[in-house]
Amino acid sequence: MTKSVFVGALALACVSAGIAAAGTLDDVKARGKLNCGVATGVPGFAAPDANGEWQGFDVAVCRAVAAAVLDDPSAVEFVPTTGKTRFTALASGEIDMLARNTTWTFSRDVDLKFDFVGVNYYDGQGFMVPKELGVSSAKELDGATVCIQTGTTTELNLADFFRVNNMSYEPVPIETNAEAQQQYLAGACDVYTTDASGLAATRATFENVADHVILPEIISKEPLGPLVRHGDNEWGDLVSWTLNALVAAEELGVTSANVAELAAAAGNNPEINRLLGTEGTLGEMLGVPADWAVKAISVAGNYGEVFEKNIGETTPIGLARGLNAQWTSGGLLYSPPFR
Amino acid sequence: MASLTDPPKESFRLGMLIYDTRYRSLTIQIVALFVFMIFAAWLINNTLANLAEQGKTIGFGFLSDPAGYDINQRLLDYSSQSTHWRAAFIGLLNTLLVAFMGCITATIIGVIVGVLRLSNNWIVARLMTVYVEAFRNVPVLLWIVFTMAIMIETLPAPRAFKGENPTANMVLFDSVAFTNRGVYIPEPLFSRGLGDLPVLPDRDSPACAAPEAGAPLNDSCGVFQISLDLILIVAVLAAGLYGSSRIKKRADRIQNATGDRPTTWYLRLGVVLVPLAIVLAILGFHLGYPQLKGFNFSGGTYLRNSLIALWLALSLYTAAFIAEIVRAGILAISSGQTEAAAALGLRSNRIMSLVILPQALRVIIPPLISNYLNLTKNSSLAIAVGYMDITGTLGGITMNQTGRELECVLLLMLVYLAISLSISGIMNWYNDRVKLVER
Repeated sequence: MTKSVFVGALALACVSAGIAAAGTLDDVKARGKLNCGVATGVPGFAAPDANGEWQGFDVAVCRAVAAAVLDDPSAVEFVPTTGKTRFTALASGEIDMLARNTTWTFSRDVDLKFDFVGVNYYDGQGFMVPKELGVSSAKELDGATVCIQTGTTTELNLADFFRVNNMSYEPVPIETNAEAQQQYLAGACDVYTTDASGLAATRATFENVADHVILPEIISKEPLGPLVRHGDNEWGDLVSWTLNALVAAEELGVTSANVAELAAAAGNNPEINRLLGTEGTLGEMLGVPADWAVKAISVAGNYGEVFEKNIGETTPIGLARGLNAQWTSGGLLYSPPFR
Repeated sequence: MASLTDPPKESFRLGMLIYDTRYRSLTIQIVALFVFMIFAAWLINNTLANLAEQGKTIGFGFLSDPAGYDINQRLLDYSSQSTHWRAAFIGLLNTLLVAFMGCITATIIGVIVGVLRLSNNWIVARLMTVYVEAFRNVPVLLWIVFTMAIMIETLPAPRAFKGENPTANMVLFDSVAFTNRGVYIPEPLFSRGLGDLPVLPDRDSPACAAPEAGAPLNDSCGVFQISLDLILIVAVLAAGLYGSSRIKKRADRIQNATGDRPTTWYLRLGVVLVPLAIVLAILGFHLGYPQLKGFNFSGGTYLRNSLIALWLALSLYTAAFIAEIVRAGILAISSGQTEAAAALGLRSNRIMSLVILPQALRVIIPPLISNYLNLTKNSSLAIAVGYMDITGTLGGITMNQTGRELECVLLLMLVYLAISLSISGIMNWYNDRVKLVER
């Protein structure tokens, strides 16, 4: 661990100048490959499938960006990062963007010198406990042993939550989701806490899903989104608007099924035309081909399709859209206009 | 008139710096020094330039901000509102604790295994060989994780102790509980304790305000607090040991003078134990037993599974190396020494403890130092089992939450350097004392 930290610091010191100075967009084009930081394995969000192909909700963002820039959704080098290594990896230039259920906070945006380019999942921190403990509220957790991933915002929220409610707890710091799962299932901790989506994803892999409950309290706001290095605005714009394109596509009814047809010729809806590049010069402004959004959407469909395929109610993870529905249906997803 | 010619005056030419053997080595050294300095300057300059480009400045002010996270094993008072400095210090104490426990245990196991490996008993010697080879040749990280996994998977969770017919029971008259979260053992308590003494108290802080008569002092007064009970007990114990050593010296004197050694073991035992027992009785010593309350046991001393796993794995791993060092040290003493001692009528265990081991120490100690240093540095693998040592606090959570990689790693390297130099300083001092005095 010391070694990786040291190498990270060295890399930070030595490598970054060369990479940060040149535009990341040009670098990615020249390399022909996108280096994308993801989680080490959270089912539904980022995990390799049986064939070793990375799949998931966060992975889809990486693939969409790769498709928009390089016209090849498979031209992505996935770099698994832990809660501890992710920021060093991004700052040092080891990865071009980080799509790893990372919470958008003030200090990460301002002090750590990153730019969050949007939110792809509105989350909150929750608690999971075994049903046999008979706990029905997080306020009953006084004295409990809590498994928690280190280097995350949840660690700080947890400390605040227990302090404010005058309760004591025993934190068990864990490096990865898999370790947390092992300790939790063995009963080495009573509670596992992380983002509610992560809890649902972890619980979905358990043998007896019904033996574990996720407590009703959500103790924090966790807007999760992709981020890039601060100061490289061309690249930040591109990642940001690729994400917006997926969201806008759902709102405008552009799906993986009809995108080719809609992009073939300009239609009646000018916003769809601008989005798909049959009208206007949005792609040129971004420095990518005019049909960039078409490519991004053709990979796995619009935001709604990606959601349903990876973490939606038909999957074992079974998350409802909730806050992550379009603004038109009562959620928070709201893409700025393509104009 | 005979003209005396001066010896030809040697004028200094630039070429002599390379071709004259008197100057050549100096030239090479100076050039090497310059190259090194330029490299160092470039490295520092490059780092600063890159940091400036990212808009980061170097500074240690962040260490005074509240840490915001909790640490499970804390030897001193700490809460999530304490500073990053404090968190780093708590981590440092945890590092020192596991290093200290590890070094002692590794030495004891190592010496025993090293001696037994030379045993004439075939099975014992072979078993020790298997132990040494198994531990020496598997990475220590695997042993740490393996030990932790065994504890988590095989021992019962605290909730197994619950209910009318619990599936797990406490052992030793219901005083010790082995759980997969760690081991709970009875703790010493004093019903008539003397209280605590704050070290470096800040009298103006509200925590140090004069407490009600008889009430204990606030825990957060001072940098840390020392128990007066502990000081008293240690003082009494030290006085007892001193008395015991005086009795031994007197017995030595009598033996040298008369050849008869008076029986002193009951005197020596008594002079240590009786005052200690009296002090403990006065302080109202009793044991606090762990009891299952809510989710966990409360009361008693809690040895976390992360501490036990790290301690055991580091000790057993390093002990394998120490065993080899001890074996080498013993084999370095010529067998003539053993035979001479046997001819004097010493029994084999006395030969080992009085003749062989004292001489072998000269050979053993220098490599032993580097094994102590290895153990201390290997303790930074603690994060694999979630033990919050200084790598976990300062080099882990603090670094991650503040994003100050350079400062944290520099501080961390400095801390490990200081610990290692202290250990080798102490051990070198000890080595000077035991080594053979030669002319």
